[in-house]
Amino acid sequence: MAGHYGSSEHIEYLLRLGDNALVLGQRLAEWCGHGPALEEDVAMANIALDLIGQARLLYAHAGRLEDCGRDEDAIAYLRDPPEYRNATLAELPNSGVASAGAAQGDYAVTTARNLIFASYHCEGWRALATSSDRDLAAIAAKSLKEARYHLRHASDWTIRLGDGTEASHRRMQRALDSLWPYTHELFETDAVETAVAHHGIGIESASLRPSWLAIVRPILTEATLAIPGDTAFRSTGKLGRHSEHLGYLLAEMQSLARAYPGAQW
Amino acid sequence: MNRTEWPLWEVFIRSRQGLEHKHCGSLHAADAKQAIQMARDVYTRRQEGVSIWVVASNAITASDPDDKEALFDPMADKIYRHPTFYELPEELKHM
Repeated sequence: MAGHYGSSEHIEYLLRLGDNALVLGQRLAEWCGHGPALEEDVAMANIALDLIGQARLLYAHAGRLEDCGRDEDAIAYLRDPPEYRNATLAELPNSGVASAGAAQGDYAVTTARNLIFASYHCEGWRALATSSDRDLAAIAAKSLKEARYHLRHASDWTIRLGDGTEASHRRMQRALDSLWPYTHELFETDAVETAVAHHGIGIESASLRPSWLAIVRPILTEATLAIPGDTAFRSTGKLGRHSEHLGYLLAEMQSLARAYPGAQW
Repeated sequence: MNRTEWPLWEVFIRSRQGLEHKHCGSLHAADAKQAIQMARDVYTRRQEGVSIWVVASNAITASDPDDKEALFDPMADKIYRHPTFYELPEELKHM
């Protein structure tokens, strides 16, 4: 039966978790030096570093299971976009889907995405804390604490901006509307998830959607934001079919490691 | 666009070892709740603390620097207020 400990599905599953964390972390790190206020600048960098730390643990674990000599750096820096398994939502630019390519990030987009991911991670890590993969369970327990803080930060800003001025409300709603179609991918269960779930290693992410909505809905309601309707659109990042944005993100992130193989601090 | 600055808050952190909250700096935040959150991000990144207080800076009344001489100089010649003139008993070696 596929999906047993150390199987290719198990490794694929760990890479999905790690890639979500790394790619989102890299996006948030782009705010460093560009945040709307010094305090928020530091907060984004903190959250980014939490996520990158999670990715490192997951990659190191996946590398050991895979046992073909790849360490966390090789997994992060030497894979091309089609080998990345993050959900497309994580790689979308900070400026938003509609104004992609704009030099400036849109804090409403970052806030909405952080809300979506932090609540998703809270539910996901909580479930994975009892994984039969004890390393994964330990990573989940650590990451859950971090995700709880990320959720607090994101929900606080969602409410402030949503229930703020007319302009902040409008921008928050626009950001939410543009990102919502990408949330469906987070809850798409495929053969990989079913296989690892069968062995108690992972979970079928479709099972998370009701509890995720139960977190997100009251926050959006308090923020006076309308929950967008569901659409048939399905992004496919976790299958390795990404938007055009991931290549640019990886090019920047990987350039040093590829130009100077094995570079050390 | 409204460019009004957020109000200023003074941040006090209690360290793992200490009993008292110590002033460690200030920051801008929209309200007290947000100030706590930002203080966590700005001032406790290196495990500096286990508890945070924030106080609106405008709630603090400070002594006037120009009053320094009148307020503090009279104490300069009253060294007998320091407990350094007591004869300690032999048994007390580590005071």
